[in-house]
Formats: sequence, C-alpha cells, structure tokens
Amino acid sequence: MSYTLWIILTGCLVGITCGMSGVLLLLKKMSMIADAISHTVLLGIVGAFFVSQSLNGLPMLIGAAVVGLATAFFVESLHRSGIQSDAAIGVVFTSFFALGVVLISFIGDQVHLDTKHALMGEIAFVPWDTLQINGESYGPVAVWMLGIVLILNLTLIAAFYKEMKISTFDPQYAKLIGVPVVLVHYLLMGMVSLSTVASFDSVGAILVVAMLIVPGATAYLLTDRFLTLLLLSGIVGIFSAIIGYGAAVYWNVSIAGAMASATGLLFMVAFLFSPKHGWLMKKVKQRRLAAGS
Amino acid sequence: MNALTVNKMTVVYDKQPALEHVSFSVPEGSLTGIIGPNGAGKSTLIKAALQLIPARSGSVEVFGQPYKTQKQLIGYVPQRSEVDWDFPTNALDIVLMGRYRQIGWFKRATNKDIEWARACLEKVGMEEFAKRQISQLSGGQQQRVFLARALAQDASIYFMDEPFAGVDAATEKAIIQLMKDWKQQGKTVLVVHHDLSTVEDYFDHVLLLNKRPIDCGPTQSVFTIDNLEKAYGGSIAFLQKTTAAGGRQ
Repeated sequence: MSYTLWIILTGCLVGITCGMSGVLLLLKKMSMIADAISHTVLLGIVGAFFVSQSLNGLPMLIGAAVVGLATAFFVESLHRSGIQSDAAIGVVFTSFFALGVVLISFIGDQVHLDTKHALMGEIAFVPWDTLQINGESYGPVAVWMLGIVLILNLTLIAAFYKEMKISTFDPQYAKLIGVPVVLVHYLLMGMVSLSTVASFDSVGAILVVAMLIVPGATAYLLTDRFLTLLLLSGIVGIFSAIIGYGAAVYWNVSIAGAMASATGLLFMVAFLFSPKHGWLMKKVKQRRLAAGS
Repeated sequence: MNALTVNKMTVVYDKQPALEHVSFSVPEGSLTGIIGPNGAGKSTLIKAALQLIPARSGSVEVFGQPYKTQKQLIGYVPQRSEVDWDFPTNALDIVLMGRYRQIGWFKRATNKDIEWARACLEKVGMEEFAKRQISQLSGGQQQRVFLARALAQDASIYFMDEPFAGVDAATEKAIIQLMKDWKQQGKTVLVVHHDLSTVEDYFDHVLLLNKRPIDCGPTQSVFTIDNLEKAYGGSIAFLQKTTAAGGRQ
C-alpha cells in the first residue's frame, strides 16, 4: 500500500473512531470534556513511559485510559461538590495537562515526545512507524492501534446501544428502571480516552478535539435519528480526513491542520444548507409562513 | 397493606433543609395527591424516595420491603422540562424505554415489545404520532409520551411529577383516564400536584407538605381549611379563593 493511502486510512480511522464516540458526548452536552480528555491523556502517555520506558501500544493505551477516566471522574466529583461543570473541566484539564508538560521535560532528551508534537502530531510519519514481528513489517502501528480501538468502540456501542440511548436522554429515569448509568458513563469516557490516545500520536490533540466534536455537531444538523446520527458522525469524520488530505497536498500545508479545517468546512456547509435544520431552510420556512399568513 | 412507607426522610440542599423528617404512608390502591406551596419539597420528596437524589437520612419501604429490592414495581413520570426534547428519536422509541427491564441487557426490542409500546401510545391517544420526532410534539403530546412510557413499564406504583403542568385539555383528560384505569387495576398512584381546585376531584388521598408533612390521609379529613392554612401559612386571599373552589371548612 502506498504512503498516501496509509495516511488517508489513518485519517479516516481517526475520523470514524473519534466521530462516533464524540457524538455521544455531544448528546450528553459534554463536548468540552472531549477537549479536556484529549489534552490530559498526555499525562497518561508520559506516565506510561515512566513505568514501561517505552512509547508503544499497550502501556500507552492503558495509561491514557486511566488518566482519561480520572479526568472524567474528577470533573464529575468537582461538579457534584458544587463547582460549575465548565469550571470543573477547566481546572482538571489544565492541571493534568500542565503536569504532563512538566514531566515531559524530564524525559525530553530520551524520546521523541514534545509538546509541539503532542498538539499537532505528525501524520506524515505514520507510514514509517510500522509494526515489526520477526523482521516482517505488518503496516503502520497507528493503523493497528486505531483499528483495535475502533472495533472495541463499535462492540461497546452495539452491546450497550439501548443503555447509552436511555441514559443520555433521561439519566434519572434510566437509573430508576435499572440501567447501569454510571457504568455506561465511564464506558463512554473510556471509549473517548482510547480514541484520543490512539489518534493522538499521529494527528495531535488539536485534530483529535476537532474530530471528537465537529463531525457529531455536523451530523446533528442533518438527521433526527439516533442510529443515523452515530453513523453519519463517522462518515463526516471520514470525509473530513479525505478532503483535508487532498487540500494539504494541493496547498502543501499541515495535513492534520487541513483535516481539522475540513471538519469546520463541512460543519459550515451543513449549518447553512442542511435540509432539516440549516439556516437556508429556516429562512425559506419563515418566508413561507410569512407569505401564508 | 401500605404500598409505600417513607420514614423520617431528610433532604438538604446547600445546608438548607428541603425536607425535614418526612414520614408518611399510602395504602395500596390509593390515588394520592402530594400538595403544598412552592418550595415545599414536593418533587424533592418523590425524587428522594426513588433515590434519584441523595437523602441525608430516611428509609423507604415498598409493600413492606426495602425500596432497593422493589424497584421493578415503580413507574415514574418525570417533569417534562427535565429532559432535552431535541434528542434525536421518535415517540415510539421513548415509550420502548419503559420496556427496558422486560427486554433486558444486550437484547433488542422484539415485535411484542413494539406492539406493547404502540398499545400504550394508543391508550393516551398518541398512536398516530408513534414515528413523530419528539421535538415536533406539543408540550401536552410530550407529556402523553411520558405517560405512555410509564404505562409501558406495567408497574404497581406510579409516581407522577406535576403531570398537569401546562398541558392541553386532551392531555388532562388522558391523565385522568389513566389514573382511573390504574386505580381500577388496584395500582397505587402518587401525584405531585399544585392546583388546589381539582384536588378533591382527582385524589382519594392527600399528603399535605411544607418541608414537613402537615397531614396525610383520606382527602376529606386532610384537605381542610385548617390544614391548608398550616401548609400555606395563612395567605388569606389565596385561601379564600381555594375555599370558593371547594376547600372544606
């Protein structure tokens, strides 16, 4: 497979993995926790490095999942104790991220992990970092990690589809009728953390946030059905990756940056022209109403 | 037998007690209105009883057993304003949520569940809106979807939080009919209610509440001017109005 295809495949996997878990946050009105988790996982990655002395696969996923869940837990606890939820997110997010940045400076000369890399990533290097077993190369590590996380996410969504739907729409009622609301909440936070860390190394925190929030927000403008919304979020993520890559090559700019911009562009198109909730349709309807009255 | 017994329930918000040592019980098959002024803790009481919000102290028994073991018997109609009606789904789907216990983990709703949910929608006059996006329903219709969802649970005790608030005549009729049906089937119903003029028409039992229980029992003995004065703190004009509307001397 050519380098180009590996890069596009990586982008698409980021798009679909983040898009589908991010839209669930959007429905819970918790999009900003995506922003928090996508930064605090840095602490998990650094922590995992301290423990395992490597920057690879499993320890990194575990570290990120732990810190991601801790982020969600502390935000929730602070909020419960009476702090506004946006302030709670701000406090936890910045302190964990800052701690990660401080720890990175201890190990900066040992590994290729720095703050610039953490924010922007470098998707162009993905094809070179391949999975090696007995001297054989089995494709980029990033693709493997993203693929595994995607399958895990899809499995969890399929298994807890009803539970996610009920506890998102009406958490109190869900609790009453026996839905494991807390479990489902932390499963979702775990999914977001894993999606983030699997994407993080290749595309950086900025694109992760964009892919977690924007495809879901775009799909939300296009459909009124839960399942369609989930699928559409993934599809918008994929399209953003493809369009972004094309633009990056054409204008010779940052790939991750172009992909993130593409999510914004697709959102604007949906915002203006969505047949259901777009600005244009609203204007047309208003005009019709005015004409009819 | 008492369907519900609440013992010494205390709930505190920000150091302000919202409920203090509330104890009461309602007999099986009764239709109880929970009445009291704004801020009396009516909604808080049912939420705390259902463990949806934490209580500082107190215990709840359902048919003589601890609440924890009896959750499957509880049906609940929350206030309409507590959920986001822009959620992407249709009316039938919301009603199906009421069948969650029957459907079970990891399983999908069967045709039988869907038929059941449709029948519930039909009971509240909403069958033609089954596939309607919930954001496109009127307030009263949304309330009826919630009623259908509770109906779908096939519970033994129903809790309703201000179901009559801001609904149209058709919905009001549907709620009254549903309460009558439930009573006929021997089910117990508790309703947070604030319209004093309809208390005697709707309920055979009343719990009069103002952070503490003022009185609880059959409507004739509890819904008296004396008690109302205690609960509402004797705001005279208001009480005279309710007297004219049917409060007993």
